Amino acid sequence: MSMNDNKGGGKRLLDLARNNSVPLMFILICAVCIPVSGFSPAYLLNEILTRMGRNTFLILSLLIPIMAGMGLNFGMTLGAMAGEIGLILVADWQIWGIPGIILAMIISIPFSILLGLMCGNLMNKAKGREMVTGYIISFFVNGLYQLVVLYMMGSIIPIIHSSIKLPRGYGIRNTVSLLHMRQYLDNLLAIHIGGVKIPVLTFLITGLLCLFIIWFRKTKLGQDMRAVGQDMEVARDAGIKVERTRIIAIVMSTVFAGLGMVIYLQNMGNLSTYSSHTQIGMFCIAALLVGGASVDKASIGNVFLGVILFHLMFIVAPSTGAKITGDSMIGEYFRVFISYGVITLALIMYETKKRKAKGKAGQMLQLAQSEEDGQ
Amino acid sequence: MSKTENAALALGNKSKFHEFVDSFGLPRLIIAGFLLVLFIMAPIVGADLPTQITNTINRFSWNAVLVLAMVPMVHSGCGLNFGLPLGIISGLLGATMSIQFGFTGPMSFVMAIVIATPFALIFGGGYGWLLNKIKGGEMMIATYVGFSSVSFMCMMWLLLPYSSPTMVWGLSGKGLRTTISLEGFYDKVLANFLQINIGNLSIPVGSLAFFALLAFLMWAFLHTKTGTAMTAVGSNPAFARASGINIDKMRLLSVVMSTWLAAVGILVYEQGFGFIQLYMAPFYMALPAVSAILIGGASVNKASITNVIIGTFLFQGIVTMTPTVMNSMIHMDMSEVIRIVVSNGMILYALTRKTEGAK
Repeated sequence: MSMNDNKGGGKRLLDLARNNSVPLMFILICAVCIPVSGFSPAYLLNEILTRMGRNTFLILSLLIPIMAGMGLNFGMTLGAMAGEIGLILVADWQIWGIPGIILAMIISIPFSILLGLMCGNLMNKAKGREMVTGYIISFFVNGLYQLVVLYMMGSIIPIIHSSIKLPRGYGIRNTVSLLHMRQYLDNLLAIHIGGVKIPVLTFLITGLLCLFIIWFRKTKLGQDMRAVGQDMEVARDAGIKVERTRIIAIVMSTVFAGLGMVIYLQNMGNLSTYSSHTQIGMFCIAALLVGGASVDKASIGNVFLGVILFHLMFIVAPSTGAKITGDSMIGEYFRVFISYGVITLALIMYETKKRKAKGKAGQMLQLAQSEEDGQ
Repeated sequence: MSKTENAALALGNKSKFHEFVDSFGLPRLIIAGFLLVLFIMAPIVGADLPTQITNTINRFSWNAVLVLAMVPMVHSGCGLNFGLPLGIISGLLGATMSIQFGFTGPMSFVMAIVIATPFALIFGGGYGWLLNKIKGGEMMIATYVGFSSVSFMCMMWLLLPYSSPTMVWGLSGKGLRTTISLEGFYDKVLANFLQINIGNLSIPVGSLAFFALLAFLMWAFLHTKTGTAMTAVGSNPAFARASGINIDKMRLLSVVMSTWLAAVGILVYEQGFGFIQLYMAPFYMALPAVSAILIGGASVNKASITNVIIGTFLFQGIVTMTPTVMNSMIHMDMSEVIRIVVSNGMILYALTRKTEGAK
């Protein structure tokens, strides 16, 4: 990007537009959809703030693996599952409210670390295809999760209350009610301004994670991760333990995803035992990419912009689709299509950019070589 | 592989068994052993073995062509075709249009293939062109191309002007149903052709013969000049370029073939299953096919027709046998969990093997 300095202003603007084509496209979609959908600004603002509190922490968990050059962590689903296990246990022990939320977070951490270690090790064996590996790991661990929750909970792992158990005596019901901790975190210290609720505490926690990430980037470990992300071989020569650094990045991401999932579910107030986590990775990644992040570069700014734009589209798309075509399903499918489309587009742009850069580097090398030969 | 070979040399008299395990792959061996145990257990726990075998063969005949669709792309080095749903969509377009245009009986099956072909060629062409732009990152992008095309078609199934009363929602008269019965169209059209019945055992010869024909054509193709060139592109791109093969053209051809086979594959699946499934149904259809070919002994850059046959049989065998045997044994239906763990575990195993990591 440093080459832009000596270019004309118009060209720079064009470059800016090209680099931010996805967010610009989304601003356009939202600009068209919002008037058609007919929602009031207060309603939209309220919804956006709720969804920001709910999702931002989860999306922030994706930043660290990107820094370490491991791409979009599709394995964040693992953390989400750990968070859910924590919540199921807490719901069974009937520890509600804020203590319940905190305990669920604490329980999720060891599971997250374990799953993160596994995920990191597998990804180290599949360097260069971390994303597809992470994606398959999430399916694989989903199988293990079902094994534990559907068969072992109640039969091997003691579950006391039959309200969350399946009638057959073992296994957890499809939905676990978290009514007694619903939005406890959001409502504590919440500020109401003209019908708009601001969940201050949730934002504070999210802010803390942002500060942590900013601080972490400057630590030795953070610098190591960036070095590994830039070039693994160079980092190895510099004495950085590449494998270990990469595993730490994934473990951290998984732990944060687990905490984020607890925040997410306390807002929802309802845990769909077997489906809450399946889509979460996809939506978080799509939101991050909508904010202008790419596979190898993402900032906290991308996260916030992404949450706002993506969820604005999510809120307005169904009713807009219904107004335009007369069929409410169209909007539903449209937003799913957009989520997948954005990820596809971002992946394609990343790969083509990488190839172009490779080609350019090759040309430079050739040029340098021919110059050397000339001398 | 060289590492294991060196180890074998160093040990000198490493037992035959270990060599066998190395070449066959431990997970594959476990899965084959598991299926064998299931077959032995079936009569003991009171399940009717001929019925079980019939089910397994039936499911084999439904799925084999979809698994066969993996072969060309693996050969040309494009990796596992996670973008299978794109081909499936071409097949679904063929199926629905064939019914829409009023074809019935066996003719509707032929017409479905005929109509699906141009779609498969166009989609496959575009998809192949895209994959040529992003060499090295095929698998992840293929997955998401599949997903986006499926979710795009979800809108299209509602919006396209279909009107055949057998397919659209009865109440509103527009928008396709989620499942469409094939009765009167091509339900079991291949399976009933030359079907052999011995007691409880029945073999859908027509479906198997159709698969055999396609598999033979694929085998023959891989031994033509173009086919060998394709394999060369996959196994050694630098060598292929040096011998004057147009790499991009070969890869494009392989993607188009794979997409077309997926289109035919879903039609064969539907004729066995008896229903067309639309909307989100094709979403995860790539994963069973991918894991089946991997179970059969293929890897990310090597696959043969034998892999397809063995893999589909093992995978479908486990899928059909586990529910019945498990249920009667421990009164617990864990088949779904086993299926998820086995199929995704197999894909993980293939992705994380060191020998294939270098690319």
